[in-house]
Amino acid sequence: MSEHHGPATGIQRWLYATNHKDIGTMYLWFSFAMFFLGGSFAMVIRAELFQPGLQLVEPAFFNQMTTMHGLIMVFGAVMPAFVGLANWMVPLMIGAPDMALPRMNNLSFWILPFAFAMLVSTFFMEGGAPAFGWTFYAPLSTTYAPPSVTFFIFAVHLLGASSIMGSINIIVTVMNLRAPGMTYMKLPLFVWTWVITAFLLIAAMPVLAGAVTMMLTDIHFGTSFFSAAGGGDPVMFQHIFWFFGHPEVYIIILPAFGVVSEIIPTFSRKRLFGYSSMVYATASIAFLSFIVWAHHMYTTGMPLAGELFFMYATMLIAVPTGVKVFNWIATMFGGALTFETPMLFCIAFVFLFTLGGLTGVMLSLAPVDFAYHDSYFVVAHFHYTMVAGAIFSMSAAVYYWLPKWSGKMYNETMGKVHFWVAFIGFNLTFFPQHFVGLAGMPRRIPDYALQFADFNMMSSIGAFIYGFAQLLFLYNVVQTIRKGKVNTDEKTWEGAEGLEWTVPSPAPFHTFSTPPTVK
Amino acid sequence: MTNIVDTKKKRTTVILLVMVAAMFGFGFALVPLYDLLCELTGINGKVVLVPYDAKNVEVDEQRIVSVQFLALNNSGMPWKFKPNHNSIKVNPGASTSTSFFAHNPTQNLMVGQAVPSISPSGAAKYFHKIECFCFNQQELKGGAQADLGLQFFVDKDLPKNIHTITLTYTLFDVTQKVASSN
Amino acid sequence: MYLSTNQLKKRRFPAAALALSTLSTGAIADPSSRWQTNLSPGVTELGQEVFDLHMLVVWICVAISVAVFGVLLYVLINHTKASGRTPATFHESTVVELMWTIVPALILIAIAVPATNTLIKLYDSSDSDVDILVTGYQWKWKYEYLSKDGGETFSFLSILSTPADQFEIGATAEKGENYLLEVDEPLVIPVNKKVRFLVTSADVLHAWWVPALSVKRDAVPGYINDAWTIPQKEGIYRGQCAELCGKDHGFMPIVVKVVSEKEYEEWVASKLSSSKADLTEKSLDELVASGEALYNKNCSGCHAVNGTGIPGVFPALKGSSIALGDVNAHIDVVVNGAPGTAMSAYGAQIKPDELAAIITYERNAWGNNTGDAVQASDIVNFNQ
Repeated sequence: MSEHHGPATGIQRWLYATNHKDIGTMYLWFSFAMFFLGGSFAMVIRAELFQPGLQLVEPAFFNQMTTMHGLIMVFGAVMPAFVGLANWMVPLMIGAPDMALPRMNNLSFWILPFAFAMLVSTFFMEGGAPAFGWTFYAPLSTTYAPPSVTFFIFAVHLLGASSIMGSINIIVTVMNLRAPGMTYMKLPLFVWTWVITAFLLIAAMPVLAGAVTMMLTDIHFGTSFFSAAGGGDPVMFQHIFWFFGHPEVYIIILPAFGVVSEIIPTFSRKRLFGYSSMVYATASIAFLSFIVWAHHMYTTGMPLAGELFFMYATMLIAVPTGVKVFNWIATMFGGALTFETPMLFCIAFVFLFTLGGLTGVMLSLAPVDFAYHDSYFVVAHFHYTMVAGAIFSMSAAVYYWLPKWSGKMYNETMGKVHFWVAFIGFNLTFFPQHFVGLAGMPRRIPDYALQFADFNMMSSIGAFIYGFAQLLFLYNVVQTIRKGKVNTDEKTWEGAEGLEWTVPSPAPFHTFSTPPTVK
Repeated sequence: MTNIVDTKKKRTTVILLVMVAAMFGFGFALVPLYDLLCELTGINGKVVLVPYDAKNVEVDEQRIVSVQFLALNNSGMPWKFKPNHNSIKVNPGASTSTSFFAHNPTQNLMVGQAVPSISPSGAAKYFHKIECFCFNQQELKGGAQADLGLQFFVDKDLPKNIHTITLTYTLFDVTQKVASSN
Repeated sequence: MYLSTNQLKKRRFPAAALALSTLSTGAIADPSSRWQTNLSPGVTELGQEVFDLHMLVVWICVAISVAVFGVLLYVLINHTKASGRTPATFHESTVVELMWTIVPALILIAIAVPATNTLIKLYDSSDSDVDILVTGYQWKWKYEYLSKDGGETFSFLSILSTPADQFEIGATAEKGENYLLEVDEPLVIPVNKKVRFLVTSADVLHAWWVPALSVKRDAVPGYINDAWTIPQKEGIYRGQCAELCGKDHGFMPIVVKVVSEKEYEEWVASKLSSSKADLTEKSLDELVASGEALYNKNCSGCHAVNGTGIPGVFPALKGSSIALGDVNAHIDVVVNGAPGTAMSAYGAQIKPDELAAIITYERNAWGNNTGDAVQASDIVNFNQ
C-alpha cells in the first residue's frame, strides 16, 4: 500500500468498502440490528408465555418465533458481531495494515443482508416461516416443512459461505501479515481464539452446507437421506447437524473467551495468568468439540457403548474450560482492580458462564440427561452459556474499544446502569427456567400446565427487563458517538497493553502502513 | 517483499479452500460412515438390508429365544398390514420362516416399502435375515392382497441376557417416489 | 463418595444453597406444587437412582461454586486499586496450573463411575411383563398392547381432552386442575410389573416423556426405541411430548394410570371386548352429533374447529370440493389418506363407526349441507 487516501464518500464508501475498519463497522451495526430483530422475537415468545393459555399468537406462529429467534441470534447477531470485532481488532492487534483479502471481506459482509432478507421474507410466504426449531430436525424440516424451507436452505448456504470467507480471511491475515517480531506465542489471546474459531468454522460450516443440501435433494429431487422409506434415517440428520452444531457453540464462545482475556488483565493491571495454558485450553476445547456431538442425542436410542463414549468425552471438556475460568480468576488475584463497565461485564461473564458450565457438566451425564433432555433446564443452560457468554462479552468489548473506534468516551454511569439492568434482567429470566425444567416443563411449547405459571411469569418479567437493557445499550452507543466526551488518548485505559493502544483515537482510516516492531 | 507476502497469502487461501471442499465432502461421507457404524453397533436397531449368507450354522437347542413381530403403518399408508404370527419361539441358529399379511384397500396400484427395526438394539446384529420382503419394494394392485415372506435365524452368539427380540416393520407408501423416479 | 438419599436429605439447607447453587436444592419435589424447583425421584427405583445421581452432582457443583466464587468475591473486595495496592507481577505457576487440571479430572472420574452404572441399568429392558407399542402421531399418541403368547391385542388413541375454550386466544373458560395434562383415555399399566415401551412414530419425531416413571425416549419414524419402567406406587402420572413435532407439540400430553394387577386384568378384558366397532345403522342427527365431538378431537388440530383449515398449510373443509363432492372420494381420503401430505390414513387409526360419524359431520357442518349420512358399514365395505 503505497497510496494513501481517505475513505470514499457517501454510499460508495460502504458498498465498495475494502477497509477493515469500515467493514468491521458494518458488521457490528448489522449484527446489532439483527440482535434487536431476534430479541423482538424473544419478546413475543416471553409475552406469550407470560401466563398460561394462548393470548397473543397461534402455536404455529409461536414455533416460527422460536425458530427464527434461534437462527437470527446465532447466525445474524452473535457470529457477525464477532466477525466484525475481528475485522476491526485483528489487524490492529497484530500490526497489519488491513485484512489480507479485502475484496473477499467486502463480499462476505454484503452476502449477509441478502441472506437475512431472504430468511425474514419467509414470514410473508404461504405457510409461514420455518417452524421446525433452529436445529431443523428431519422429517419436520423436510417432508412436513412449509414451502418456505427452500428459501431457508438457500439462506443457510449463503450464511455459511459468508462465515467461511470471513474465516479464511482471518487465518490468512494472521498467518501472513503479523508485524515483525509478533510471534505466534505473542499474539493477543483474542487473535488466538479467533484463529482457532476460524478453523472450527472451516471444518464445521461445510458440513452444515452438506446437511442442508441433503435436505434440499430429499425435498425436491427424490433422495432419501433422512427418510427411512428409502433406506435413510432421520437420526442421521441429527448426527450430521450436531457434527456441525457442537463446534458451532464453541465458534460462538471462543471469541468471547478472547475478549474477556483481553479486558480482565487491563482492569486488573496485571498480565494474563497462564497465557500458554489459555492457548492450549482453547485448542483442546476446539478439538474436543468434534467428538462430543452426540451428547445432544442421548435419548435417540444410541447403543450403550456410544452413549458412554460421548458421555466421557463431554465430561472431559469441563477440564480445559475449568482451566480458563481459574486463569481469569488468577489474573485478577493480586491485581489492582477497578470496575469500569467493560470489567463489570467480564466479571459477570466469569460468574454466569461458570454456572452455565456447571449445568453443562450435569447435562453431560447421560442417565440424568434422560430427565433433563428437551426440558427448560436445557434452555436455561444454553442461555447461561450463550447470552452470558457471547452477549455479555460483546457488550464488554463494545464499551472497551468504543473509545478507540469513535474517539469518544461513553458515559460511565450510563454504562453501569446498562450493566446492572442487564445483569438483573438476565438472571431473572433464565434462573427460574432451571426450576421449571427440572419440574418437567418441555421446551418449545407455546402454553404450559398451571404448575409452571409463577416461574414463567418471573421469567417473562426478567426478559422484558433484559430487553429494556438492550435499548439502554443502543442509547449509550449512539449517545457516545454523537455527544460523547472527546477521547484522543492513544491508550484509553491505564492498564491496557497491545498494539491497538499505540495508534491514535479515533483509529485513523489507515493504520500500521509501516509495520511496527514488536519486541 | 510485497510479492512474497502475496504468494504466501495465495498459498494459505488455496490450502484453506481445499479444506473447505474436503469438509463439504466429509459431510456427505458421513452418510456411508453412519451406515457402517450402524451395521457394527446396531444403532436404532437398524438392520442390514441384504440377505445373510447362512452356511454351516450351528443350532443351539438348549436355548429358546422368543421373537415378537410387529407391523405398523407410517401415516398416509392405507394398507392393512399385520404379522401372521405375533410371536415365535426359536432356537438360536435354527432357520425359521414366517410371513406378514398385506392388503391394498384402495383402487390404485401402490408400492410399499417395509423398514425393519429391532429392539433391543443390541440384538440387531445377531438377527440374520436369509430372505425378507423388506429387501425389495412391494407392489400391490388395487384391492390385491399378499403374504410377504420372511426367513431368518438368530445368531447363537446373541448375548445371554436377551430373551426376547422384537422385530418391527414400518410400512411406508413409496408410490409417488417410484413414479417420479421413473 | 456416593451419598445415600438419607444423607442428602439431612444435608438440605434451602436458603443458603439456593443463593449459591445453580439449582435450588431446597427440593420441593412434590410434582403438583407450583413452586417445584427440583427433579422428582418419581415412583421407580431407577428414578430414585437418577435423582440421587442428580443430587450428588448438584452438591458437587455447589461445592465448586462456593470455592470458585468465594475466591472471586475475595479478590473483588480486597484486590482493588481503591485499596491502594500495587499489582502483583506473577503470571504463571506450573504447579497451580497442573493442580487445577488434575483435580477437576479426578472429580469427573468419581462422577463417571455411578453415572455409568445407572446408564447400564437404564438400558436393560429385558424380561418385561407387559409390552406396549407407543406410536406418536401429529398430535396424539397411540398405545397398542402387545400379546406375549400370540393372543389378541388391542390399541387406542390418547388425545388431549382439555377443551379449546380453556386455552385458545380469547378463551374465557376457567382452566381446570390438570390443564393441558389431561387426555380422553389414559394408558393403564399394572403396579410393580416391568413394563416395556416400544416407542416409534408414524410421521415426524416425537418423544414420549413421563417424569414420574423415569421414561423419556425419542419416537423416530421407521425405527423402534425401547424404554422400561417398574412403577412402585399406584396413581396417575402425567407427562408431555418432549420433541418439537409441529404446531400442536405443546398439546399432546401423556397420562398413565398405574393400577393394581387385578384392576389391570379387568381393564384389559373390558378393552378387548369393547374394541369392536358398532356397525348398527344411525340417523343423520345421531351421526352429526357424535361426529362433532370426534371431529373436534381428531381433526380440528389441522382443519380447525370451524372447518377453515390454516391457509397455505392445511386445507379448509368448509365448502371444499371433497366435503361437498362424491361421498366415496371423501371416504377414500379420510380412510386412505392423501399421499405426500400430512393427511394420515385414518382407516388404520380410528374405528369405522367413528369415521362414519366424522365424515357425516364434515359433510353437514359449517354450511356444508349435503344431507349425506355415512354409515359404519359404508366404511367397512369401502375397504373390502
